[in-house]
Amino acid sequence: MDSARVIYKRPFSLGMLFLFLILLATMPLYVQPYFIILLNTVFMYIIITLSWAIFSGPTRYISLASAAFFGVGAYVSAVIGQVLSLPLFIATGGLVSFILALFIGLLTLRLKGIYFIIFTFGVSELIRHFILWWEAKFAGTVGRWVVAVDHTTVYYVMLIIFILALLTAYHIRRSKFGLALRSIGEHEEAAAHIGISVTILKTITFAISAFFMGATGAIMATRWTYIDPGIAFNPLFSFMPVLMAIFGGIGQLYGPILGATILTLLEEVLITEFPYYYMLLFGIILIAVILFLPNGLVGLIEKLGKRGNKG
Amino acid sequence: MFVTVLDVIIGGLISGGIYALIAVGLSLQYGVGRVLNVSHGEFIMIGAFATWSLYTVFGISPLISLVICGPIFFILGFVINRAIFEYLRSKSESIDAFAASSLLASFGLLFIIQNVALIIWKADLRGYSYLDSSVSILGAVFTANRLIALLFAVVISLSFYIFLTRTRLGKAIRAAAEDPVTAQVMGVNIHRVLAICFGLGALMAGLAGVLISMMYEMRPTMGLEYTIIAIIVVVLGGLGSITGSLVGGFILGFIGTIVTYIDPGLSLIAYYVIFILMLLVKPTGIFGK
Amino acid sequence: MRILEGERVAKYFGGLAAVYNVDFDINQGEIVGLIGPNGAGKTTLFNLISGALPTTAGEIRYKNRKITSLKPNKICKRGIARTFQLLKLFGKMTVFENVLLGSLFGKSEDINESDAKRDSLELLEFVGLSEVRATPAKELTLANQKRLEVARGLATKPELFLLDELMAGLNPTEVAQAMELVIMIRDRGITIFMIEHVMKAIMSVCDRIMVLDHGVKIAEGTPEEITTNKKVIEVYLGE
Repeated sequence: MDSARVIYKRPFSLGMLFLFLILLATMPLYVQPYFIILLNTVFMYIIITLSWAIFSGPTRYISLASAAFFGVGAYVSAVIGQVLSLPLFIATGGLVSFILALFIGLLTLRLKGIYFIIFTFGVSELIRHFILWWEAKFAGTVGRWVVAVDHTTVYYVMLIIFILALLTAYHIRRSKFGLALRSIGEHEEAAAHIGISVTILKTITFAISAFFMGATGAIMATRWTYIDPGIAFNPLFSFMPVLMAIFGGIGQLYGPILGATILTLLEEVLITEFPYYYMLLFGIILIAVILFLPNGLVGLIEKLGKRGNKG
Repeated sequence: MFVTVLDVIIGGLISGGIYALIAVGLSLQYGVGRVLNVSHGEFIMIGAFATWSLYTVFGISPLISLVICGPIFFILGFVINRAIFEYLRSKSESIDAFAASSLLASFGLLFIIQNVALIIWKADLRGYSYLDSSVSILGAVFTANRLIALLFAVVISLSFYIFLTRTRLGKAIRAAAEDPVTAQVMGVNIHRVLAICFGLGALMAGLAGVLISMMYEMRPTMGLEYTIIAIIVVVLGGLGSITGSLVGGFILGFIGTIVTYIDPGLSLIAYYVIFILMLLVKPTGIFGK
Repeated sequence: MRILEGERVAKYFGGLAAVYNVDFDINQGEIVGLIGPNGAGKTTLFNLISGALPTTAGEIRYKNRKITSLKPNKICKRGIARTFQLLKLFGKMTVFENVLLGSLFGKSEDINESDAKRDSLELLEFVGLSEVRATPAKELTLANQKRLEVARGLATKPELFLLDELMAGLNPTEVAQAMELVIMIRDRGITIFMIEHVMKAIMSVCDRIMVLDHGVKIAEGTPEEITTNKKVIEVYLGE
């Protein structure tokens, strides 16, 4: 939805984007397997972060439930991966997460601000501990094996999920619902008073974002081939998307993607080069970004762009 | 039967005392400063490890460490607040923006502090034995260090409660935590109170860490679990009610001990269920408005 | 016809009655004023009508249909719009986007995008904000921000408009302009129920006035009747 004056800053043209996608699609043909494996991890975080931003970006409701949705997808994979075909169990993973998110969303109707944040975290952790306990007590196991899928297939599935998530994010943002979501983030009460069905919109958007996280969890589980609650519901999957989205900047669609890419690659480099210091460096970078780049990379890029125009 | 009940009561008091301390620390930082400090548990962990080092390397008794660590942690909290959170506060356009950025900054602190601990002390489980002779109370058996830790936890909690309710500074802190705007109107110097609260919060964490080190083994990754328990207690007692955190800590401690008796794997689950129910039914907590 | 009725409406906060036993009725085409000292319960009453708060007791009917338990978005769709005492604009969004949202969601959600845009532009023209339509709402002057809230409300095609202290904080010129706007709105066929503290404005614009004090209605009548009402003078008119 463009306003009366069209200002759409797009550093990337549509053509460039298309070329880039072709490049990504053909990568497995000429790139080292290690790189594909790395890209799988990068894609995982990109999708989770982008999905997170679909809901939490405009509404300003910071969800820490991403780990729950991701993990549920992973467990769906483990439980029915042997029985259903790949596309089916990936979709089911997404669907189950979607339904879970609808349920959680309806529960948290009245919670706002910090209460919403800690509630989503609490739910995520509750699910993790509950499954840990249940598996030990009733299934007599800690973790589960997942049907194995080769790296290249995982790569293509991730690419497809990424494209779907990106298209969804783009369309929501450009639609009247995207505008409505932003108004909810500004003044939820006022939004309700001009006829916006705040509850329904929030819940469905939350569920849509969960769908992609679930699908990603389902496919990543096949890459790991073994999951347990600690792996699938790792709280890092809840915290990192928030960091990455804010680092990248939530003002534009490319912000979370940029943030996730850079931070994941950075983490990879730091873990390999400085295995004993990488958390320390990560923490310092994080605090530096919070202190000096409040609008993330997007903010920085836009500021530089403005300065360039003036000069 | 009686022995079991006694076991649970004293066990509940021990857990409760520790929970009360860590929750009060977090509550001081959140209640007045509105900073949800997720690195709170890391301060607890450092407190525990510092005590370990002081004891195993210099032979300093943990009880002395309480006195050493207190002021040091207070200063640490004070400085960190000044360097990071006050700066963020001045730069944030809204309360929600500050809540988000301070949350993330405290994550950064978490990473940094935990990594520093890993570098210094490595990842192994550590512990020391201090006053671990057995004491029998009416048939129930406890190690002396637990009883001493309980004693100190209760003493610190009580002293702090008296401080909060009887002294001017204490009352100012409570007022600021409940309603910062009104408190300021009534003459409370918010900035000074805020800085002190942050320091006190870190101090509580440090002291809790010392006491924990007397009773349990420790590893550098132990912090997060304590942070989570602190958050649960603070919500239970009421975000913004310092005394609520004190009481809530003991309540949760008792519940935890009872549940552990039934099925140890369920205690954390029980905490989370209470947490979630609280948020759904009365988010302002037992003592909140 | 009665467009809005309230019967024994009450709202308790804990043990405190913010609004108690209030009856009211508003006829189509009227401009009705709601006055009273600070804390009298005026905004609370608006909150009850618009669905922002649930009633503790009593019934509110809009066009003879009960609206007492409805959510704000449903009430808006029925045809009631409101402005807020403390402005609730979508600050980071442009003036145009603020109004557009009202057009898109305020009445029927099947509205055509280009129709919505056209309606929004027309409304901006109506309130005098066409020049600044691309400005972020938070950068407007207070008077313009108030105009924007009105435009946004109008975009939802209401038949009843609740105005909460529209003139607060405006200088005399702006107050006069606001009064003019209120009459223009009524001339478009919209009934108005307005809370005000600016006495001159409300006396000259309103057909009838209701007076609340400590949550209870203490008087009702034409402006002349109200200015001569002993109870009202006692309680209030020390301006």
